[in-house]
Amino acid sequence: MLSSTEVHEKQNKKESFNAEAASLLVKNLTATFASGKTRSYEWRASQLKALTKLLSDAHEQQIVDALYSDLSKPPLETVAYEIAMLKNSCKGALKELKRWMTSEKVKTSISTFPSTAEIVSEPLGVVLIISAWNYPFLLSLEPIIGAIAAGNAVVLKPSEVAPATSSLLAKLLGEYLDNSCIRVVEGAVDETSALLQQKWDKIFYTGNGRVARIVMAAAAKHLTPVVLELGGKSPAVVDSNIDLKVATRRIIAGKWCCNNGQACISPDYIITTKDYAPKLVDALKTELEKFYGKNPLESKDLSRIVNSNHFGRLTKLLDDEKLSGKIVFGGEKDESKLMISPTILLDVPRNSLMMREEIFGPLLPIITVDKLEESFDVINSGTKPLAAYLFTTNNKLKEQFVMNISAGGLVINDTALHLAINTLPFGGVGESGIGAYHGKFSFDAFSHKKAVLYRSFFGDAAIRYPPYTNTKMRLLKALIGGGLLGIIRALFGLS
Amino acid sequence: MNMDMLVTLVRVPLLVMPWIGCEFLRLRTRNNHICSRTFGMLALDPLIGAIAAGNVVVIKPSELAPACSSFLANTIPRYLDSNAVRVIEGGAPVSEQLLLQKWDKIFFTGSPRVARIVMTAAAKNLTPVTLELGGKCPAILDSLHNPSDFELAVKRIVGGKWGPCSGQACIGIDYVLVEEKLSSHLIELLKKFVKRFYGENPLESKVISRIVSKQNFTRLCNLLKDPLVAASIVHGGSVEEKHLLIEPTILLDPPLYADIMTEEIFGPFLPIITVNKIGESVEFINSRPKPLTIYAFTKDETFKRRILSETSSGSVTFNDTMVQFLCDTLPFGGVGQSGFGSYHGKYSFDTFSHEKAVMHRSLCLEIEPRYPPWSKFKLEFLRLAYKLNYFGLLLHILGLKRYK
Repeated sequence: MLSSTEVHEKQNKKESFNAEAASLLVKNLTATFASGKTRSYEWRASQLKALTKLLSDAHEQQIVDALYSDLSKPPLETVAYEIAMLKNSCKGALKELKRWMTSEKVKTSISTFPSTAEIVSEPLGVVLIISAWNYPFLLSLEPIIGAIAAGNAVVLKPSEVAPATSSLLAKLLGEYLDNSCIRVVEGAVDETSALLQQKWDKIFYTGNGRVARIVMAAAAKHLTPVVLELGGKSPAVVDSNIDLKVATRRIIAGKWCCNNGQACISPDYIITTKDYAPKLVDALKTELEKFYGKNPLESKDLSRIVNSNHFGRLTKLLDDEKLSGKIVFGGEKDESKLMISPTILLDVPRNSLMMREEIFGPLLPIITVDKLEESFDVINSGTKPLAAYLFTTNNKLKEQFVMNISAGGLVINDTALHLAINTLPFGGVGESGIGAYHGKFSFDAFSHKKAVLYRSFFGDAAIRYPPYTNTKMRLLKALIGGGLLGIIRALFGLS
Repeated sequence: MNMDMLVTLVRVPLLVMPWIGCEFLRLRTRNNHICSRTFGMLALDPLIGAIAAGNVVVIKPSELAPACSSFLANTIPRYLDSNAVRVIEGGAPVSEQLLLQKWDKIFFTGSPRVARIVMTAAAKNLTPVTLELGGKCPAILDSLHNPSDFELAVKRIVGGKWGPCSGQACIGIDYVLVEEKLSSHLIELLKKFVKRFYGENPLESKVISRIVSKQNFTRLCNLLKDPLVAASIVHGGSVEEKHLLIEPTILLDPPLYADIMTEEIFGPFLPIITVNKIGESVEFINSRPKPLTIYAFTKDETFKRRILSETSSGSVTFNDTMVQFLCDTLPFGGVGQSGFGSYHGKYSFDTFSHEKAVMHRSLCLEIEPRYPPWSKFKLEFLRLAYKLNYFGLLLHILGLKRYK
């Protein structure tokens, strides 16, 4: 609990973080980076170990409390989906760090003979990570793990929409990590704008497409590369030849068990056949009641809607007159608690507001088609989502789905789990984003892969140099073309 | 990938020859790409990757090299599927129009100034970009005890400076760093090789590329206008305006504030910057924007490691120039002001691809604790599961493990 002096200082700090302060911050971090401090294996490992300590049981309750304060997030979700995942990432990064840092030897061909070559991973420099409010802990620290492992200096800007977590991050990172290289800047639009005016070596942004455009335009001024982790309408296609109970539970797990639908990879809407829809709705109703009881608004196992803005936004989606009569389950709201119960809508018109923007909430529209293959056209008529799901036992359909649906990631017969697989790149395509991370992909996202070619003074081909002749041209063509036979022919004047 | 276009892969042999500089702008849209390049044939290099990755392509060649632009516009349709690969010719207005469209990727080769315009346009549609830019690529010349090594190094420097398009290449040497005590020997050898390659009168030799345009010719001439810069010329300096020719020119320690040392030269001027100890080149390079490549002629392994770990550039080549371009297993691209993203070989394929994560699960084998209502049992189960603590899980399930 902060004293009033500390709160006052915090206010002052917030007020004075303008472009000048941002510029000074970047300057200081640049100087620290230039000193080489963050490059050593020892420094990187020490920071990752410190992060592991930060995530230890000692602070678990504080983290759970902060997330409960910001989102009424059930403790299990915090522990399982934020803390445990981060611990695994840290552990994985520590285990693999030496291997990731080792340069990769590559083959060379006859055109550069004699030579050796390698690819060296080097840190980019000073990077900016802008995090989101729905998984505020996970989405702040997961990229930081990659940035540190890759040897960068880091500034984190947590989301102001989750203020308790933002404060806690500032406090804990300040206590555990090397403040000369890793800093947290709290704040909202003004502070973010001040940060975005600076020249960064990379900007990693998680959030929505509108702000992503602002971030990328700001990055363009300095030719700063970006990773944009956005969202979209992630569809779940449900076939009829499945274990319905299991599939239903997994859809619920990805939707309402993930921050009450406020997750970038939650199934946004379902597509199923007209014939199968009633069965699916019944199964969903049954399982939802088992999970959340007859009065879901009272359930302790559901996150609330993050704030009244989003509550209003979701209410507007529900109040769309195109949806009248479409609610088949739920639809209850409690504005005082910012709670909306799990809600299912059937046969939602494609031109309704709900089907035109990412829902990011506990509303699940079901679109029906005559034949399941039509679902591909439905999905492809929209922008590319961050994830797409298919429940089926039909292998041909699975193949076609993988071939024809473009999304950040696909999961067959489950939802959201691919997030936990560190060997899979996690990122979007098209409107759902640019770049990827997790596991080694995080390390790579924050590294520059420097090509290095070693040549010796042994032997020099006169054909490289002027004055140019037809013979030289012929020989060079053959040499660069690479085939031994071609070279021999050229040498003998046969080409 | 959405576009199932049947494409024919066209292999184009790279020729490292002094083509007249061409700037190309290649766009990538709903499977199209744009790229800009200053080497005629190298405009096709990204095209290979784009096609291999299964995309539909638009190429916008540079209007500064009209003959190459025409050649591409006329020849490509004869060989490639024109439903999938198009060439759009034109100048800035055409580029502007193209940049208003929504592309799936933009691949740009050119200057940082235009790169900013391209990336800003891309930002409107969240289009990923690859930017292949340039920078002031230095050549560090260490003292090489073997005189024939030193001579070979200088020969390669000459080849790496004026060979590629009279210095108009992104990976051409921009300037040389050398210890003061070696500078006169260096200049002597440079002159020797320039004479050997280009004859007594390079402007009439027919072996040097001309400057690509009147605008660039004027820009280059202006670089020499500063009296202190002009005074530092130790060889060359003559120009022939009619044919836009500038002879190989060497300068010794021009003022560091002058444009010739603050901007990418992209022309046939070679400044030699002297330092007391060659190690100072590291600081010199680091005080400037990251270049596309660093060349270092040295046999000192410690110095090599220092250059690698203390400088940052797109790439580093030891003891030669330019040839890293031929190595398809190396990613070719910049960092910082010299760009981002890379290509060549598989990197080209990757740059025009989306790596889609796919996870297959079966519908059997359920983990109950995934689902609410949550309980302490379930929480502990998940905790143990994340740690892959199988024994602990077993105990837990059997009710034998104590938990918080």
